[in-house]
Amino acid sequence: MIEEERNIDQENPVITIRDLYKSFGDLVVLDGINLDVFKGENVAVLGKSGTGKSVLIKIIAGLLKPDSGLVEVLGQKVDKLGLRELQQLRLKLGFSFQNSALYDSMTIWENLEFPLVRNKRNLTAKEVKNAIESVLDDVGLPQTINQMPSELSGGQKKRIGIARTLILQPEIMLYDEPTSGLDPATSIEINNLIKQVQLQYNTSSIIITHDLTCAKATADRVAVLLNGKFYITGSFEEVFNSTEPNIKTFYDYNFITN
Amino acid sequence: METVPKVLPKNKYVVSRRVDAFFSDIYHIWIFILRFFKEVFSSPFEFKEVVNQCYHIGLKSLSLVSLTGLVTGIVFTNQSRPSLEVFGASSWLPSLVAIALIRALAPLVTALIVAVAGKVGSNIGAELGSMRVTEQIDAMEVSATNPFKFLVATRVLATTIMVPVLVMYTGLVGMMGSFLNVHQNEETSFPAFFKSAFASITFLDIYASVIKAICFGFTIGIASCYQGYNAQKGTQGVGRAANLAVVLSMYFIFIEEITIVQIFNNIRTLLL
Repeated sequence: MIEEERNIDQENPVITIRDLYKSFGDLVVLDGINLDVFKGENVAVLGKSGTGKSVLIKIIAGLLKPDSGLVEVLGQKVDKLGLRELQQLRLKLGFSFQNSALYDSMTIWENLEFPLVRNKRNLTAKEVKNAIESVLDDVGLPQTINQMPSELSGGQKKRIGIARTLILQPEIMLYDEPTSGLDPATSIEINNLIKQVQLQYNTSSIIITHDLTCAKATADRVAVLLNGKFYITGSFEEVFNSTEPNIKTFYDYNFITN
Repeated sequence: METVPKVLPKNKYVVSRRVDAFFSDIYHIWIFILRFFKEVFSSPFEFKEVVNQCYHIGLKSLSLVSLTGLVTGIVFTNQSRPSLEVFGASSWLPSLVAIALIRALAPLVTALIVAVAGKVGSNIGAELGSMRVTEQIDAMEVSATNPFKFLVATRVLATTIMVPVLVMYTGLVGMMGSFLNVHQNEETSFPAFFKSAFASITFLDIYASVIKAICFGFTIGIASCYQGYNAQKGTQGVGRAANLAVVLSMYFIFIEEITIVQIFNNIRTLLL
């Protein structure tokens, strides 16, 4: 495990969510949720599949619009921003997709170069090369630089997906099911990488998962999303020891399926 | 950005589901076109990607365009000969073929068979559709790049530039095919054939053909990108996007063909 030497600034939330509602047709997905994520903190959002966990971080990243409620990221109201302001904010946000979402017609080099050269246009070719090599070293995959995404394993794709976000030096990381579909050994590697990113890049993160091991390994705080609401928020131990029936049902379900 | 909702909520239709969806689609395509014009004229410009798309759309279609143009020229000449021979007018074949190819066949054949049905439209629809359902477009958005500018504006610009080039090339190859047939049957020389052919073509014919091709190219780009960019529902959605890209492009091309022909016929009448 990676040694932890960091401070969580409890006074400064980097993400503030108040009374957030989102529905698709008649289906209410988020039913008035509240959440603060503080600087330097990793928060895991646990919940069964289809409970709106991914919807939550897509709203934070401005990919979906909420029906109502406040979503503030680094002091800016996400749903009130114009395209240019939103793009400026997204430079400080990293989003790791569930299926990695690597650009499959590009090599790994091009995948990493794509956001970098479009957002930092004054970089020299050498600086671009150094940045790409550095971030590939950080995720432990320098040998994949000229490969295509189709030639990588699931775990490698996740790492490259994380590398692609890290290349812009984000302040906040949003991980969507980082360990889903991975074997236990690779899951542990990804969990360690999430912790490494938190320490090395001093990021705050929301980790969307239904994997208790991932939540335990990576999160400072856990929030359980059930039926569109956060039923409980606290440390992993506090949540795990909860006697709330809905929470216990979730854990039972999780142990059976995992 | 949220994708365009394809199904309106139940029991909330103004007329009926299909009619409402049709007008909703028209509205969203209109917004899509406006956004294209906004993005294409604002910096940063993706010159490299436009050139890349021109290469894929133009150069990689050359073999198919050549074959189609050549066959069209040969077959059209062969089929027209008996009718002209009845009146002893087979010497008019070069003029007839030139007018038919430049005014109608080259733009329509290139747009329908090669650019739309054959290759480009379905390719763009499937490519962007696949990128949408695998969240690659979302990934571009969250990495602070503008996927509309990179994926849509570049492709629409490339089709608008390359379809006219392909149309002119199809016309030229079609004329060559026609010459081969005429030369074999009537032993007409190369200069005599082209002198006769170009004598009947006016600048207005070429101008109309280019305008038509620009409209077709723009339509193919917009229709295909719209379907691909707004694809939904997994792999089925990708297939649907590719299919609708072709169908939608064809409908619009037919409407444009009739409209532009009518406009230029009126102009021709006014000038005579």
